[in-house]
Amino acid sequence: MSERPLTQNMRPDGEALTIKEYERTGGYQALRKALKMPPKEIQEIVKNSNLRGRGGAGFNTGMKWSFVPMGNDAPRPKYLIANADEMEPGTFKDKMLIELNPHQLIEGMIISALAIEADIAYIFLRWEYRLAAARAQKAITEAYENNYLGKNILGSGFSLEMHLHISAGRYICGEETALLNALEGRRAIPRAKPPYPQICGLWGKPTVVNNAETFSNVPHIILRGADWYKGLSRSTDGGTKIYGMSGRVKKPGLWELPMGTSIREILEGNAGGMQEGYELCYLIPGGASTEFLTAEHLDVKMDFDSVPKVGSRMGTGTLVVIDDKTCPIGVLHNLEKFFARESCGWCTPCREGLPWVTSILEAIENGQGQAGDIEMLATHGESLWLGRTFCALAPGAMEPLRSGLKLFKSEFEQHIIEKRCPWR
Amino acid sequence: MLSEKETHEIEKELKQYKTRQAAGVEALKIIQRSRGWVDDEGIKDLSAILGMTPDELDGVATFYNLIFRKPVGAHVILICDTVSCWVMGYEKILSHLKNRLGIGLGETSPDGLFTLLPIPCLGACDKAPAMMIDEELYWNLTPEKIDELIKRYGWKG
Repeated sequence: MSERPLTQNMRPDGEALTIKEYERTGGYQALRKALKMPPKEIQEIVKNSNLRGRGGAGFNTGMKWSFVPMGNDAPRPKYLIANADEMEPGTFKDKMLIELNPHQLIEGMIISALAIEADIAYIFLRWEYRLAAARAQKAITEAYENNYLGKNILGSGFSLEMHLHISAGRYICGEETALLNALEGRRAIPRAKPPYPQICGLWGKPTVVNNAETFSNVPHIILRGADWYKGLSRSTDGGTKIYGMSGRVKKPGLWELPMGTSIREILEGNAGGMQEGYELCYLIPGGASTEFLTAEHLDVKMDFDSVPKVGSRMGTGTLVVIDDKTCPIGVLHNLEKFFARESCGWCTPCREGLPWVTSILEAIENGQGQAGDIEMLATHGESLWLGRTFCALAPGAMEPLRSGLKLFKSEFEQHIIEKRCPWR
Repeated sequence: MLSEKETHEIEKELKQYKTRQAAGVEALKIIQRSRGWVDDEGIKDLSAILGMTPDELDGVATFYNLIFRKPVGAHVILICDTVSCWVMGYEKILSHLKNRLGIGLGETSPDGLFTLLPIPCLGACDKAPAMMIDEELYWNLTPEKIDELIKRYGWKG
C-alpha cells in the first residue's frame, strides 16, 4: 500500500489524535526543523514540492507565498489564514482532516507562518462544523501550552498568535477576499484583485489564505523533503490527495491516494462501484462548480492538469456520482438553486442571472418548459461566464450548466416537448 | 439592554480581533445564544459597542444566514438540500418532516418547538441525507429515524 502521510496515523475510532499521540508519530518535528531554517528556504522547498492549492484552484503554494513582502521593511502585522469554510457541494475532506488530526493543520500553519514571517493566524471555520470547532479549539490550547504557539516559540525568537474564527454561514465566505471581509466583520462580498491579499489583505496587511488540506501537507514536506513528496504522486502535481466520493455508490467515503489516481480506481477500487440497480450516468468531479464527466472519462487521472484536458477541473477532488435513476435536469436545478441562494448579491449578472437560470430549470423540471428556454439558459452560460462577473461564483455556477446543456440536450427537449419529467 | 453575561462574553471576544467591528459576527452569535435570535434592541445595543451604526450592523447580521433576525423555535432544524443529499433522498426526508411538523421551509411549528431551514452541504455527503438539529449532526436519515429524532427533541405528534 502506498504512503498516506496525512491520514495513516489517524485513530480508527474517530477520536482526534491528542497532542501526545501526534508527537509520538513525529508531530511537531517538522516545526523544530523549520525553526532553524531561513523563511525563504521553507518557501523554496514547498514550491519545489509542487504542492498545489487543495481548495480547488491548484495554484502552487510556495509560489503563492513568494509574493509576500519579506524582511524588516515589510508591513506588519502579517496574517496567515486557514480556509476551512468548506461548503462546496459534495466536499467533506477538510472536516475529516480537522476532526481527526487538528494538530497536523496547526503545525502546518505554524510552519507556513514562519515561511512568510506572519504574526497572527486564523482558522476560518464554518459554524456547522461543531465537532471540528471543538477539536480545533482544544488543539490550539494544547499548542499554546506546549509553546508551539505564543511568544518565542521553543526559544526560537519567533512568535505567533492563533485564533479560531467561527463564521455564520454563506458559501461566498470561502472566496478568499470575501473571507477577508467576513473576518473584518463586514458583509462577505469579494474584493477587487489586484491588489492581491499577499500584498494588501486583512486590514490592508500582507495576508496568505490557504485551504486546510493544503496546510496539512506542509509538515510532511518539511520533514521528508520536496523529492519524497513529489514521489508520492503519479502525476506532476506533488503529494497525495484526499479524494472523496458520494452518491449511489456501494461505499461512499474519503481516501488518501496518490495524486493522479484515476476516477475508475476511485469508483471501482475504493467506492466499491455502483449500488445494485443503479448505473453510472455522469460525475461531478470536484464540487458543484466543475463541469460534468461521463463514463468515457473514467481513466482520466484526478489531478490539476489532467482533468482540464477533458474540459473540467479537479476542484476539491471529491466526486459526486449521478446515477441513471436521477433526472439530470433536476440535478442542474438543485445546483443552480444553491448558487442563486449563495450569491452575495454584489454584482448584477450573478444576483439577477442565477435566480433566472434557476426558475427556468424549475419550470422545465416541472413540465412547464417553453420553446426558447434552452437558448435562454445558453445565453446565461455566456453572460455569467469568466470576465463578466466580479468573482468566480457565477462562472463556477455556469460550469455544470454549460456541460449539462451539451450532455443532456435531448433530455432537455424531452421535458419541454412531453411537458413532464420522464424520471418522475 | 445587554445582559451582564452577554456584555462579559462580548468583551472577551473583542480582545481576539484588531478592530471592534471584527468581533461583530461572534457578538451577534452571543446575543443569539442567550435570546434565541437577534432582536432590534440587540442590534442597537451591540452597534454602540462595536462603533457601528445600527443599520451597518444590521447589514452584516442579515448577510449571514445563521444569524436569525426573526424569532425561531426552541430547536432549529437545518436540513441539507445540496446535491449529494438531494440525490440520496432529500425530497422524501423533507416531505416527511413537513408532514410531521406541519410546516414548510422557513417556518416555525405552531407549538414553537421547531424551525425548519435549508442549509448548504453539511459535509456529510458519504452519509447522506443529513441534517442538524441545533448543534448536533444527524445522518443516513430515514423517515423512521426522523420520527425518533424529533420525539427526542420533544415532538408529541
